[in-house]
Amino acid sequence: MSDSSDRWRRRLDTLLSGDRPGGVLLDGLLLAVLVVLALTPFLFPGTRSVAVAARICIFVVLAASYDVMLGYTGIVSFAHTMFFGIGAYGVAIALTKFGVGWGAVLLGTAAGVALAVVLAAIIGLLSLRVRAIFFSMITLAVASLAQLLATQLRDLTGGEDGLTFSVPQVLTPGFRLIEGTVLGVRLDGRLITYYLIFAVALALFLLMLRIVNSPFGRVLEAIRENAFRAEALGYRTVVYRTLAGALSAAMAALAGALMALLLRYNGPAATLSFDVMVDILLMVVIGGMGTLYGPVLGAVVLVMAEYYLQPAMATVAGAVAGWPLLPALFDPDRWLLWLGLLFVLIVYFFPSGIVGKLREMRSG
Amino acid sequence: MSVATALRWRGGDLAPSLVLPLVALAALPTMSFSTWLTFTIAGIAMGMMLFLMASGLTLIFGLMDVLNFAHGAFVTLGAYVAVSVMAALAGWSAADSWWLNLAALLVALVAAILASGAAGLLFERIIIRRVYGAHLRQILVTVGGLIVAEQLIVALWGANPLSLPKPASFRGSILLGDVAIETYRIIALLLGLAVYVALHLVLNRTRIGLLVRAGVENREMVEALGYRIRRLFVGVFVAGTALAGMGGVMWGLYQELVTRAIGADMTVLVFIILIIGGLGSVGGCFVGALLVGLLTNYVGFLAPKLALGSNILLMAAILLWRPRGLFPVAKE
Repeated sequence: MSDSSDRWRRRLDTLLSGDRPGGVLLDGLLLAVLVVLALTPFLFPGTRSVAVAARICIFVVLAASYDVMLGYTGIVSFAHTMFFGIGAYGVAIALTKFGVGWGAVLLGTAAGVALAVVLAAIIGLLSLRVRAIFFSMITLAVASLAQLLATQLRDLTGGEDGLTFSVPQVLTPGFRLIEGTVLGVRLDGRLITYYLIFAVALALFLLMLRIVNSPFGRVLEAIRENAFRAEALGYRTVVYRTLAGALSAAMAALAGALMALLLRYNGPAATLSFDVMVDILLMVVIGGMGTLYGPVLGAVVLVMAEYYLQPAMATVAGAVAGWPLLPALFDPDRWLLWLGLLFVLIVYFFPSGIVGKLREMRSG
Repeated sequence: MSVATALRWRGGDLAPSLVLPLVALAALPTMSFSTWLTFTIAGIAMGMMLFLMASGLTLIFGLMDVLNFAHGAFVTLGAYVAVSVMAALAGWSAADSWWLNLAALLVALVAAILASGAAGLLFERIIIRRVYGAHLRQILVTVGGLIVAEQLIVALWGANPLSLPKPASFRGSILLGDVAIETYRIIALLLGLAVYVALHLVLNRTRIGLLVRAGVENREMVEALGYRIRRLFVGVFVAGTALAGMGGVMWGLYQELVTRAIGADMTVLVFIILIIGGLGSVGGCFVGALLVGLLTNYVGFLAPKLALGSNILLMAAILLWRPRGLFPVAKE
């Protein structure tokens, strides 16, 4: 009996690369997120809730890949949405130009990932050679250039309007895997799209968990803690940081490809805008930097807030309607104000975010 | 620190000083002389406005090693304050009197300086004070501050773009021969030049300036001599944010339209200027601002879509050539 539970534990450890979330509360929360995401189409049937769940899956990958840079390597990039956008445009452009098919999807994804890796390597080698702070400034400039290019290269990207395209038939809402329903749910293309996204996101997350817990990941953490000392130990910090940047860019591009398949559309506002960048930053910091599990919780919190905080704020705004200024502060469009405040408070008082706090409670 | 020092032959290193005239000359064969002169003056005027926004940031970084990503929010605040002031003084601004127009502009500038400076003081107290010395947390916290500040500005002034008409006498242009120069650009140019000269004098001719310059080069030593560099820094921070507010007024009036993104758009250019000029160097910042202003105008004329791209290419080229910028600050 204990022998078999031991074996299961070892299998779990292999799956999670020996990096357990830690603490009953955190384990439970993450397990709940996993189970709910895995069963969303059956638990909460409906287009909206499945779309929210798919967004969460994609943003888990996106935020986790950002955490590889921010939390594990200690460098702040503002170009993460650029890589996200490159992945999304890769799929979008391939499906528009070469016709609908899995070949186009794979080609677009591969091209997007390749371009993202090359760009990340160039930016890294150019700026990390000098000072890590240059990296933040340069990525900001490059990200706005990418946004500009996406709106200007109209023939390729569709400009401001973006590209609307068809996805392979299996993923279209009209497609039926079998006639009739299973547990009251139609097995249509939308369901297949969701499970494709869920499976790829889960696999990518576990892969990143594997990478940050490898010797390579340990070097990244050493660089974060003390770049000078890591260099003195013989690790080329520029190379490691650039590799981390390229890896993170590749993951972001893959998340972008998933986003394109989900939306069947891509445009500058959907994947390239600075608002998305702010969302990612909030997810990683609120969830907990340098944990990878943090971004999971952060993505859940942020995406849920995006969809459900606004109605709550509208209620508050209605309640304080007569007051000066307060209605403006509780206007549903001002939801970022409150998340921004939360963000600042977390950076000050809980630099390790939700996950760090929960782990502390376990040990405390 | 200043152009004068920067241009001096330092150990034979004249090359960085030649970049600016080279860029200006390189553009000459691509257009007629009068066009070139128009764009050169426009570029210098734009550079002056950019200098207003960038100079504070470079000093703040030089003195305390703090990179304030929320600097753009003070530009936005200044521009929105100008919208309110100009709306209140619409009579003065529209009047057919040069002096009343100038008075309206001055009141707007003073109001923006006070508002941005006060906001800067609050920002330093609440946001920056706790994160000295930790770059990662500084970037995060100032980005958080930027989000909150932008949202507050939108809550106060609304999300829609607001128009900010130029005072009546500052519209139109002056013709010198066949060279047309917009009146407003001359005003922006003069104001920027005045600020540069004032900054130069304060930094090089006053005791406070001496302490600031010494602090940029070696903070610990100045502290060891008994000066409270923290207090000095608060002063520089407030002055820097006030200058950003001033830049916001000038840029808002130049565009005649104020959006919530005005500061964020400028932040990108300001960072490019800082990297080109060398972080912490006021002289480098001045040259960088002029370079970006000129290049934006030349390229904006030759190939409008490439304007921002050309600045980023310039930055990349300079980083490859001089990784620490054109005029790096000697630091311990």
